[in-house]
Amino acid sequence: MRGFAAGLAVLVLLSWASAAEENIATLRGAAISDSPDPAPMAGVVNKDLRQVRNYPEQPPTIPHSIRDYQIDLRSNKCLTCHSRTATGESQAPMVSITHFMDREGQFLASVSPRRYFCNQCHVTQSEARPSIENTFEDIGSILSRLRRK
Amino acid sequence: MSFFGFARDVGSAIRRPSATFSLGFLAFGGFVAGIVFWGAFNWALELSNTEAFCVSCHEMRDNVFEELKGTIHYTNRSGVRATCPDCHVPHEWTNKIARKTAATKELWGKFFGTISTEAKFTAMRRELARHEWARLKANDSLECRNCHDLAFMDFTLQGKRASEQHDRFLASGEKTCIDCHRGIAHKLPDMSGIEGWN
Repeated sequence: MRGFAAGLAVLVLLSWASAAEENIATLRGAAISDSPDPAPMAGVVNKDLRQVRNYPEQPPTIPHSIRDYQIDLRSNKCLTCHSRTATGESQAPMVSITHFMDREGQFLASVSPRRYFCNQCHVTQSEARPSIENTFEDIGSILSRLRRK
Repeated sequence: MSFFGFARDVGSAIRRPSATFSLGFLAFGGFVAGIVFWGAFNWALELSNTEAFCVSCHEMRDNVFEELKGTIHYTNRSGVRATCPDCHVPHEWTNKIARKTAATKELWGKFFGTISTEAKFTAMRRELARHEWARLKANDSLECRNCHDLAFMDFTLQGKRASEQHDRFLASGEKTCIDCHRGIAHKLPDMSGIEGWN
């Protein structure tokens, strides 16, 4: 009986693994055992045009290249344009005031340490073709579709 | 013979006219020797003005050179590369010699191991970086401008941000390259308290 259960477990595990392998193959364009040529690297969108947010809470994407921008204990390159004091010269959008708030909701004089690492949330966009179809729908279009019904 | 006696003999030999060598030999021989010595001097100078020479010290190879490798001045699509002396040594002669002379202090640093470990280098890098910023600020970013000339920039090919900033601050002479482009080729030190970084 125990042998049968173990055999069944192995069978389930194997079929799950082969299904996973097929999924991987659709994403990477080849079986896991093959090494296909990698797709060319997509360039970073560098048009300096603000993008529409897909939902109100979305961290705005970065519309420019951030190659070699240093964000660490010693310095933060982003804040040399986006800090409150720098925006006069840079004409860049100031970091949101929510970034000055600590976890108790108290406003600090400058960016809170928990919001210091910009690219934890804000990212550049690339010109890559999506590897899988994205069915995301904006809330606005969902609501207007519901209203029409 | 004492040292002073020897020096006196050499001195009087130099002052006395030559009795055996012709004027032609002395003149042309001096001319040829001059070319040889000047050539050797310049050869040695240029030898010490190469990337290979700079990274022959582990202080440079393991720290600043490693940081340079990933940046646009070392790795880029067009294959143009700026090596150490392109940015850190002035190109024209007078300033080059002045910088080279000042850089002999680095031999002292090497000898006494001033930045021989990563910890020592990290502790000192703010001071070292400030020296370079001050130098580039004082010469209006001359080493940048050896390649990047404002008059040659096509603003229409620059991003909107870049062209506006260059127009407002660089073309007006209000700022110089290094004011905004600090840390472009190496990691930055602790920037707290430095103007524009807070």
